[in-house]
Amino acid sequence: MSGETFTFTVDGVEIEAFPGQTIIQACDAAGVYIPRLCYHPDLEPAGHCRVCTCKIDGRRSSACTMPASRGMVVESNTAELNADRRTVIEMLFVEGNHFCPYCEKSGDCELQALAYRLGLAAPELPYQWPHRELDASHPDIFIDRNRCVLCSRCIRASRTEDGKTVFGFERRGIHMRLNIDAKALDETNIAAADKAVHVCPVGCIVIKRTGYRTPYGSRRFDQAPIGSDIEVKRAHHPAKEGR
Amino acid sequence: MQTERGAAATPSNAPSATRSVVGDAVKVAGSDRSRLMDIVQSVQVQLGFVPDEAIRAIADALGIHGVEVEDMVSFYAFLTREPKGRFHIRLSKTPISFMKGARDIARAFETAVGVPMGSMSSDGMFSLDWTNDIGMADQEPAALINGTVVTNLAPVDAETIVAALRQAPATSALPLFPGLDGQGPSLPRTRVASSLIQPGPIIFSRGGRGDGVRAALTLTPDQVIEQVTRSKLRGRGGAGFPTGLKWKLCRQSIGDAHHVVCNGDEGEPGTFKDRVLLTEIPDAVFDGMTIAGYALGARHGLVYLRGEYAYLRSSLQAVLDDRRRLGLQGKNICGREGFDFDIRIQLGAGAYVCGEESSLIESLEGKRGAPRDRPPFPTDRGYHQQPTAVDNVESYVCATRIMENGAEWFVGYGTRESAGTKLVSVSGDCPHPGVYEVPFGITVNELLDMVGSPEAAFVQVSGPSGQCVAPKDYGRRIGFEDLATGGSIMVFGPGRDVLDVAHQFSEFFVEESCGWCTPCRVGTTLLKEGLEKILADRGTLADVTALEALGGTVTRMSRCGLGQTAANPILTTMRNFPQAYEARLRPEPFLPRVSLREAMREAIAVQGREPVGEGEQV
Repeated sequence: MSGETFTFTVDGVEIEAFPGQTIIQACDAAGVYIPRLCYHPDLEPAGHCRVCTCKIDGRRSSACTMPASRGMVVESNTAELNADRRTVIEMLFVEGNHFCPYCEKSGDCELQALAYRLGLAAPELPYQWPHRELDASHPDIFIDRNRCVLCSRCIRASRTEDGKTVFGFERRGIHMRLNIDAKALDETNIAAADKAVHVCPVGCIVIKRTGYRTPYGSRRFDQAPIGSDIEVKRAHHPAKEGR
Repeated sequence: MQTERGAAATPSNAPSATRSVVGDAVKVAGSDRSRLMDIVQSVQVQLGFVPDEAIRAIADALGIHGVEVEDMVSFYAFLTREPKGRFHIRLSKTPISFMKGARDIARAFETAVGVPMGSMSSDGMFSLDWTNDIGMADQEPAALINGTVVTNLAPVDAETIVAALRQAPATSALPLFPGLDGQGPSLPRTRVASSLIQPGPIIFSRGGRGDGVRAALTLTPDQVIEQVTRSKLRGRGGAGFPTGLKWKLCRQSIGDAHHVVCNGDEGEPGTFKDRVLLTEIPDAVFDGMTIAGYALGARHGLVYLRGEYAYLRSSLQAVLDDRRRLGLQGKNICGREGFDFDIRIQLGAGAYVCGEESSLIESLEGKRGAPRDRPPFPTDRGYHQQPTAVDNVESYVCATRIMENGAEWFVGYGTRESAGTKLVSVSGDCPHPGVYEVPFGITVNELLDMVGSPEAAFVQVSGPSGQCVAPKDYGRRIGFEDLATGGSIMVFGPGRDVLDVAHQFSEFFVEESCGWCTPCRVGTTLLKEGLEKILADRGTLADVTALEALGGTVTRMSRCGLGQTAANPILTTMRNFPQAYEARLRPEPFLPRVSLREAMREAIAVQGREPVGEGEQV
């Protein structure tokens, strides 16, 4: 980290940032949680889901892509923004085929956890019931596109972290799908240890025979709401409270 | 290597033929990954589609992954991975084409070819499809036949065209411009009328070829930018960003190679003025780009020409070749030592979103046309991450005229915030559709009188992404301070259904959403479905409220201008034509999307008994 630190505010809380940090990076470090889905701290931001949209000096932008700058005034935890975020999460639920009660990712799923955190009990938007392809060809990895939210985490991770480019998108608009670099996954050089396999926020890319090692009820978001791991940092620095 | 192996492995020589077509295309493009669009288009012309074998071959030749090639190929409407007919007939689908009888033309083609729209004839000769607005709103119904545009179609033309195409000699490659290239059949209706109805004092003031460039060269680059700034020129694509400021920011950006890009995507339904400019005064466009090249210190210019305008490419290239002979392109332009500037034409492939400048840049780089997050802005990091100024075709013409005649002359026209004149493309229920150069500040009423449609029931200003204007607002003025527009003016006469038009526009956004961000990808479909419930006479007040809220979320949360305006057809008609919605609403507090009785009709008939339960309505 080079250069002098500076500060900006999020919902009135003063946040310290380094030059080059995005808003979400600075906020994460400071223990202020901004809801997000496609963002992953180890990957380049892509701005797909728009859940981290904030009002930045009065204009909306995604916190994962916007560089922090001195004196910026950011609104995040407002009723208006959270309502829009909730609708975006709802859109993702009706776009795919998500059945939490029998999904092996339940309790460890970021989409589900965001729905709970943002107060989405059940979608009211019309379900789209799309046809989505499965791929069980690989001995260790299973892909269920019914649960894909097109966040591109696997695409980015495979390209930049694994150096493999196993994944990509295909088509556009509502017909956009996760594509793989072969007819079937077992024809690629993907391995269960790859980063791309471990960054999926939902139950689309899972490792076979591991789904129920941790029982329902004892999983990540069964213990604490999504974002708690970030917010706990701030609890340790109560002096930073700027309200 | 790959070719030999493919040939050895298969008895047929088809795979090696594919590999050799790909090899040639890649070679012509200099094995440059960012020229993937050219490579794929060239392969498609040769093979009729882009087979899996070609995808693998392209990936191998460029040293990239097949999934990257598929990502790009599957994005564009004009690229196909499935075999298509030798003659791909695409009918323009817009509210304007429908009011001019496009549905009858479709039926006539279905009869002549013998298959329904959306399919291919069994002999592989014809494919019939709809495509979104092809920039011919002044002469609908229109269609593309491969690259050839046919206009002002009457149902009787379908049979003549199909018969002529059946006579076309079979060659290996796809005839890109049947009826135009002198090789194939002679087709009726291949004339694209210019439709320049009213030239005005600025854009169509006749400057000589290169005059603007020579005038610019009497100034320093900074003085050129200063002139453009003083002229108060604002971007003519509709967003209205001050051109002088854009150029200044771009010039100040540090980079290895600055770029000048001309946005000739002209995808907004109802607009066709750039087509007219590129037909009538292409030199004024190229002069403007060259002036920008001088001002920004750029050596490379790119024209992004929408795929629908492929028929213009060869004439534009001829103009560029002329300019090179005349010393207006290439090295030491106009004799100025060290001023080198070259312009290349890049053809698009059917994607409305590529009119958005960052999507356009992605497309220029041979990728899917997904917009970028800003910052960084293209003026900092655009084409190949270099400082790039992207301006509309008309903006470059204005820059040329400003150099020729001065900034003071330019600001003498228009209003305080909207200097100069504006080209508007007028179509629809109007006796004289075409391009008009009007002073900024003109009211909708004055415009309607001018085009001969004082009785208009509603006017769509700026296409689907713009506003549906009601008669009570005909006093509003065209200009950045009121009705900002890229120039699409669709006129709808009495008897046209405002909600039907809104529905077609909503469908347009579903088809053109790039899919990158959630609110637009999913929201556009949900908006369309919400409106369809109301149009099916199953809407209640609660549906209107929910639709309005959904539209707000899509507007506020979407990543680029496409999503941010995709709800406009619904939101602006709700605001300006509430009675059209009220007339459709049902009094019940709630109705499900589908009628249970309707859904079960077949089962009821088969079983011969009624469902249990009291009166589920309708």
